[in-house]
Amino acid sequence: MTNGTGEKRAPVRWALWLPLALFVGFIVVVLFGLLRPAGNEVESAMIGKPLPAFDLPAAVPDRPGLSSKTFATGENGGKPRLLNVFASWCVPCAVEAPQLEALRRAGVEIDGVAIRDKPKDVAAFLARNGNPFARIGRDDVSAVQMAIGSSGVPETFVIDAKGVIRYQHIGDIRPDQVPMILEKLREAEE
Amino acid sequence: MIAEFGLVALWLAGALALLQLVAGAVGLSKGGEALSGLVRPVAAAQGVLALVSFATLVALFARTDLSVKLVAMNSHSAKPMIYKIAGAWGNHEGSMLLWVMVMGLAGAFVAMVERRLPERTMLATLAGQAFVSLGFYAFLLLSSNPFERLVTPPPEGNGLNPLLQDMGLAFHPPTLYFGYVGLSVAFSFAIGALVTREVGPAFARAMRPWVLGAWIFLTIGITAGSYWAYYELGWGGWWFWDPVENASLMPWLAATALLHSASVLASRDALRAWTVMLGVVAFSMSMVGTFLVRSGILTSVHAFAVDPERGSFILALLAINIGGALTLFALRAGTVTEGKRFAPISREGALVFNNVMLSAILGIILFGTLYPLVTEAFDTRVSVGPPYFNPVSAVFFVPMLLVLAVGPLLRWRRDRLDRVGKVVAIPALLALGVAAFLIGRGVSLLPYVGMALAAGLAVASVLPLRERNLRRTPLAVWGMVAAHLGVAVALFGMASDSAFKVERLVALRAGEATQVGPWKVMLKSVRPVAGPNWTAMEADMFASYEGGIVTEIRPQARSFWAPLQQTTESALVTRWNGQLYAVIGEEAPGSPGDGRWQLRLWWKPFVTLIWYGGLLIAFGGLLALIGRVASDLRRFAARGKIACRRERQGR
Repeated sequence: MTNGTGEKRAPVRWALWLPLALFVGFIVVVLFGLLRPAGNEVESAMIGKPLPAFDLPAAVPDRPGLSSKTFATGENGGKPRLLNVFASWCVPCAVEAPQLEALRRAGVEIDGVAIRDKPKDVAAFLARNGNPFARIGRDDVSAVQMAIGSSGVPETFVIDAKGVIRYQHIGDIRPDQVPMILEKLREAEE
Repeated sequence: MIAEFGLVALWLAGALALLQLVAGAVGLSKGGEALSGLVRPVAAAQGVLALVSFATLVALFARTDLSVKLVAMNSHSAKPMIYKIAGAWGNHEGSMLLWVMVMGLAGAFVAMVERRLPERTMLATLAGQAFVSLGFYAFLLLSSNPFERLVTPPPEGNGLNPLLQDMGLAFHPPTLYFGYVGLSVAFSFAIGALVTREVGPAFARAMRPWVLGAWIFLTIGITAGSYWAYYELGWGGWWFWDPVENASLMPWLAATALLHSASVLASRDALRAWTVMLGVVAFSMSMVGTFLVRSGILTSVHAFAVDPERGSFILALLAINIGGALTLFALRAGTVTEGKRFAPISREGALVFNNVMLSAILGIILFGTLYPLVTEAFDTRVSVGPPYFNPVSAVFFVPMLLVLAVGPLLRWRRDRLDRVGKVVAIPALLALGVAAFLIGRGVSLLPYVGMALAAGLAVASVLPLRERNLRRTPLAVWGMVAAHLGVAVALFGMASDSAFKVERLVALRAGEATQVGPWKVMLKSVRPVAGPNWTAMEADMFASYEGGIVTEIRPQARSFWAPLQQTTESALVTRWNGQLYAVIGEEAPGSPGDGRWQLRLWWKPFVTLIWYGGLLIAFGGLLALIGRVASDLRRFAARGKIACRRERQGR
């Protein structure tokens, strides 16, 4: 209730500049976001490293859970796979869904990790936006998310047949980025 | 020809805004008084020209003049007429033109009507209004000209985003814009008052109807937008904490705070600097919100124009307008004389608490909305959602509602809690009763608290009417009671929906039935249907509540072809105690041809109260506005009569 008391005493001088200072802070942040090149090409420290070990329970009844072991077996005919980190409460994830579906149709195997979510909500999200995932692990405390170096949703990782992280895509996959993702998968195959 | 006419009108309006600014500024200086007579008529002419320009754009859309780039990009000759017209503001350029049109008209209205304030304050106010408008004129004319022509007109237009082809949404953006831009008047009044240091009850009374009007529009706009998202997006949710939703909620919170602090200033001459500050903040939030949406700087499902150049332009406008206003505030607020004092436990004290809580909620929402941007500066992208917004805003919202229950019962200046204690006991006991009833029913914390609070608040909100002669109770008090009751009603709807909704995802064949809560829903058939510019799969379903009367519902999955897009048309059955919400999905996978369709069904008890509550809040605002304006007019008429009599008596 500082404002009530500020009204009673003579107003504190520096406090009057506070709104302006906050506003300048806002301008700086926004300017930064506006002017920096919209680069999704952020090199992650995890690239080139093997996937950390994890074993997640299933997030929905009709898909199995997700373990790091499945990536390294090469059971997928030596093909690289996508690991998509998503959440039902994340709006860009819903925007991204058609692109994931397109990738699945192109024959890409996609595994998902649902972050801080409830099975009911995940099921609803998948019913709404389609389910491109072969397996979905349930990560209620963001443990796996942290371990693979992802800080938000959605993010997508290209994992090669040896279980090594080859590429990290931060943010939603836009329709024009689908060919780029396919290209990254092809590179990971070599 | 029509397009050029509109463009000329826009340029002229911009030039008049410049004249209004210069005349106002010179009129304020010594020796420049001669120019001050010019300001009011120029403001009026500017408003009319802006209106003409906007009407021209609407006419172009109505005729589907494809030689105009904006029409070709956003319209289509096969669209129903109402959506052709609504298409005029369903895009970036058109909506900015709507913005300056409303701003010009508001300025014109103030210039013609407002006579209570000292003339110098009025000059500064109108100059301030012109200054803000000028930036938007420059933006329109230099970087987003809505009247640009195409050298070779295409044979057919691109169409309007089908999600926007909906009656509710056709009128949702203009409603919000009336709200946003109405706050620009409060902003200009604050600037005027700071320039001349005339901050007092007269300033608050002049500003209040504008804040109330803007606030009513914002309330209706947000309520309508929430309902639109609810039935059109087919997600069954009514609030997503999306940046665009936050952009409309933040000015609303600031306007709500401003409304309350302006009443304190008007009736008690306290909270002077704070009210001026909120006047600046409320419109600033409208501009910040518009900027965040328009620049495409935040990923949002609503963003229409992603263009860094435009973003930079609006940002420069923001920096000049808001930065300038806040600098003026910092320089002048120290010299605004101290307001009246009051004890912590008093009506003023409660209102200050409400203001601080509203500002805190505003702060955390702004922070949550901008947070992805901050982390992006450090090369990480995040999405902030309900897990942050819900609990963090509740931390401030719950204490605010507790004070809201008691505040209107307190006396101005100084009061004792034990005086109101007995009265407040009734709602408090009711709240506790509801809380006890809900224990062990598997309701999670927030809806639990919400239900109990809503019950208590509903009773507490009508308590200010006790021991009053209801016929002689001022309309403004009725307005307050209605608005506070509306908060309780909306809160009950939100809590009830979160706590008791039943969701069912099923794949049904024709003839099969399923149970959703108390409803039995049977799928009769699924067949294709066609509309004016779409085709759809339509499910024909029979729903009956607890074996009662059978209602036929027809949810659709529509495919528009201009532009190509899928939308869901949910089907709703509304009862007094809630809604059945049905959506048809795709044909069930894995078994093509066996005719199973995915259906999503929800039973949402009392969900409609959310929007009825919102409308009740707006209705309360309307009552207060009518009450205030009527008493102003009465005072006006009385003063006129006295002056007239004096003249006749030769005094």
